[in-house]
Amino acid sequence: MADIKSVEGMIDSTPIMKDYADIESSKLPEYQIDSKIPEGPIAEKWTNYKAHQKLVNPANKRNLDVIVVGTGLAGASAASTLAELGFNVYNFCIQDSPRRAHSIAAQGGINAAKDYQNDGDSVYRLFYDTVKGGDFRSREANVYRLAEVSNNIIDQCVQQGVPFAREYGGLLANRSFGGAQVSRTFYAKGQTGQQLLLGAYASLNRQIEKGQVRSFNRREMLDVVIIDGRARGIIVRNLVTGELERYAAHAVVLATGGYGRTFFLSTNAMGCNGSAAIQAFRKGAYLSNLAFTQIHPTCIPVHGEDQSKLTLMSESLRNDGRIWVPKKKEDAEAIRAGKKKPTDIPDEDRDFYLERRYPAFGNLCPRDIASRAAKERCDAGYGVGTGNAVYLDFKYAIDRLGADVVRDRYGNLFDMYQMISDDNPYETPMMIFPASHYTMGGIWVDYELQTSIKGLFAIGECNFSDHGANRLGASALMQGLADGYFVLPYTLQNYLSDQIKVSRSTFDTKHPEFDEAEKGVRDRIARLMAIKGTKSPDQIHKKLGHIMWNLVGMGRTLQSLVKAIEELKEVRKEFYTDLRIVGSADDLNTELEKALRLEDFLVMARMMAIDALHRNESCGAHFREEYQTPDGEAKRDDEHYMYVSCWKYTGDDEKPILLKEPLKYEAIQVQTRNYKS
Amino acid sequence: MENTISVNLKVWRQRGPKEPGQFVNYHLDNVSTGSSFLEMLDMLNQQLVDQNEEPVVFDNDCREGICGMCSLYINGHPHGPVQGITTCQLHMRKFHDGETITIEPWRSAAFPVIRDLAVNRNAFDQIQQAGGYVSFNCGGAPDANATPISKEVADVAMDSATCIGCGACVAACKNGSAMLFVSAKVSQFALLPQGQVERKRRARAMVKKMDELGFGNCTNTGACAAECPKNIPLSNIARLNREFIKAKCAD
Repeated sequence: MADIKSVEGMIDSTPIMKDYADIESSKLPEYQIDSKIPEGPIAEKWTNYKAHQKLVNPANKRNLDVIVVGTGLAGASAASTLAELGFNVYNFCIQDSPRRAHSIAAQGGINAAKDYQNDGDSVYRLFYDTVKGGDFRSREANVYRLAEVSNNIIDQCVQQGVPFAREYGGLLANRSFGGAQVSRTFYAKGQTGQQLLLGAYASLNRQIEKGQVRSFNRREMLDVVIIDGRARGIIVRNLVTGELERYAAHAVVLATGGYGRTFFLSTNAMGCNGSAAIQAFRKGAYLSNLAFTQIHPTCIPVHGEDQSKLTLMSESLRNDGRIWVPKKKEDAEAIRAGKKKPTDIPDEDRDFYLERRYPAFGNLCPRDIASRAAKERCDAGYGVGTGNAVYLDFKYAIDRLGADVVRDRYGNLFDMYQMISDDNPYETPMMIFPASHYTMGGIWVDYELQTSIKGLFAIGECNFSDHGANRLGASALMQGLADGYFVLPYTLQNYLSDQIKVSRSTFDTKHPEFDEAEKGVRDRIARLMAIKGTKSPDQIHKKLGHIMWNLVGMGRTLQSLVKAIEELKEVRKEFYTDLRIVGSADDLNTELEKALRLEDFLVMARMMAIDALHRNESCGAHFREEYQTPDGEAKRDDEHYMYVSCWKYTGDDEKPILLKEPLKYEAIQVQTRNYKS
Repeated sequence: MENTISVNLKVWRQRGPKEPGQFVNYHLDNVSTGSSFLEMLDMLNQQLVDQNEEPVVFDNDCREGICGMCSLYINGHPHGPVQGITTCQLHMRKFHDGETITIEPWRSAAFPVIRDLAVNRNAFDQIQQAGGYVSFNCGGAPDANATPISKEVADVAMDSATCIGCGACVAACKNGSAMLFVSAKVSQFALLPQGQVERKRRARAMVKKMDELGFGNCTNTGACAAECPKNIPLSNIARLNREFIKAKCAD
């Protein structure tokens, strides 16, 4: 195994990758990837697919069962829509109600190519912006379909009674988000995710009332059951009683969100986890592009060691707020020492670094670029607060529009900021700093959103497909709802059409595969309970978070990644020898829940580092410091890395096998991302 | 500037819905005033785990005031003494050094205790399932701009839709009434054109379910609106009463 010293000065990981993974076998015929992209011009692919796919007739739908794990935008919309079609749906969530899934916390908005503002938007332009924003590492056909169905989502949500913001004339209002030069974002105050989720929850409730969806709350999936090569069920732990339960179905859909909490501190909710993805991984599903983790530029900075999570300030604030740090280092030092206030710095001594570096997009450049630019200024010694913060200033907006207009647009966000920081953003600039927010990588799926395991589907943030190396703002809500309302309900039928003759008795929960899966979970829990060490799961998770943030965060190097993999081994060792879980396994036990998730985060963390190490280029949110242009921009290597990395599991400590899905761009000319002119 | 304080905690501990509960006293030092209330409870739980004791169970998730998962009756107020926020948005700078803080679960017949400070709020889901939706299938919606809605109406509907379903209204009410919760959803749909077709059926069905589930009656004391972390106004209850009476008259 390579050590830190032996890799000093290296920038290309290829010679040492054999110590970490099998990257050679990707050429073998059995490791070729079929992404099932339909033939034809890009604009006709989805239409053609729908016209020729297999369907299930209404009488047969009632004989087919589908498990949907998760009740966020993707899960709730899929569960309700599949039930509307007539399938029997079993829907699971870890919260006490489906309405609380973390989609609810999305603030700013949802994109759609409606072109209601007559500002030149179109399906093509939304598609183009999304592919470009993702730095040409997403699958073209999926993104085009996403842009295509985006308009249906807005229609669907308005009909559900989602109270989007409106103009005085009664029509829908729009605003701008990063990476776009049009106003295509629909919003409901700073609570768009909440309103969209409550819309999906309402549709879900209608189906629960009808008995078409059976809803299971406070249940956590702990394994997926495979029978004869197909996903046929799940093992869940009832979080109230501690009992293990079995559920069988013709197909299993994962809608379980991202793995952003690998960093411990993130904008994700406390319960967000990557466990379902790891369970699927262990059973043979590929994990893709794990290095692509989004660090959001506008979060409230860390205050201390006892902090449990970070709070996002919506990207919409960048519509009217201007980001700056002092131009002079001595001013930054004086501010950090408490001798000067930001309002003491005259305009000419303020460095509006985003406007300076990216004049065409200014404060609205994409998230990865804004985050790195903030880090660059702070690393250079111009940071404020603790040194790891920059200003987001509304003085100019208040001068231009008046405090009332600003309050109307952002009032609730300002209140939230004041609550947390004790500063009044109407009078003094907000302090912000980047934080882990979203994961573009995830479970590999084909065009039909099916994983590499037959009958196992993945939708929403937990799959990898649409955002490439960087997601644009207001596109996560779009993707979650596109997958759930308009894509999966079609593609799942193509899979289920030949399952109508498969009777439930061929895979019911009495099958030995269920016994074996349940025993596996039981043994795993017993192993963790038996460690009886001294450290709580949170204590170990914080250590993991520090390693990931410092070594696999916004700026990565070959050396930092090798170091991370070595340090992760130590944390794993500590986990397996010194973990303490108080209480009992057969009972409500929040410490056990955390420990099980942490065990999976440790596997995810190693895979993230390996993926980042193998990709010798910078693209989107994956910034390998060795690969940058003279002015500090990401330098892609399209010749060698224009592919989706797909990792195949061989063991928690074993070397994973790399498979490659090549990316072909037919409708878009590949170019270097430019937000400067 | 942040500093640290010591606090004494009186925490309600209860193994299960049928078991008796009691207050247990704890002392906690070095709590940063910049920490949130739930981070303070994380510290308490770490202290308990260090002593090999079971941590205090409390519901929480997003920790930014929107998921509605957190609850807690703090010093006699749902979501604590500061108005217009949830427990997870409450910060320790609102407490003074040496203060004794009393922490209890929501107390309502309709929300049985699961353990310690966590309660079962499934009754809220059941009320929503009874009619908190517009009945149509995905795919059938007309263009989003086909029906203009005045900004004023949309804004009022949004204010009602802001309810996070946390249950503070029920916990605050001496009768354990769910009227503010139900009225917020009924109002949102009663105001919007999409909700008109099922307006009467919805009001009837949601009120019927609410009564079935053991929530108390409304006596217009207004504690619900005063304690609501999202400032859902009492006028929603007036609207629900109108909607319900109109629906009944139509029968």
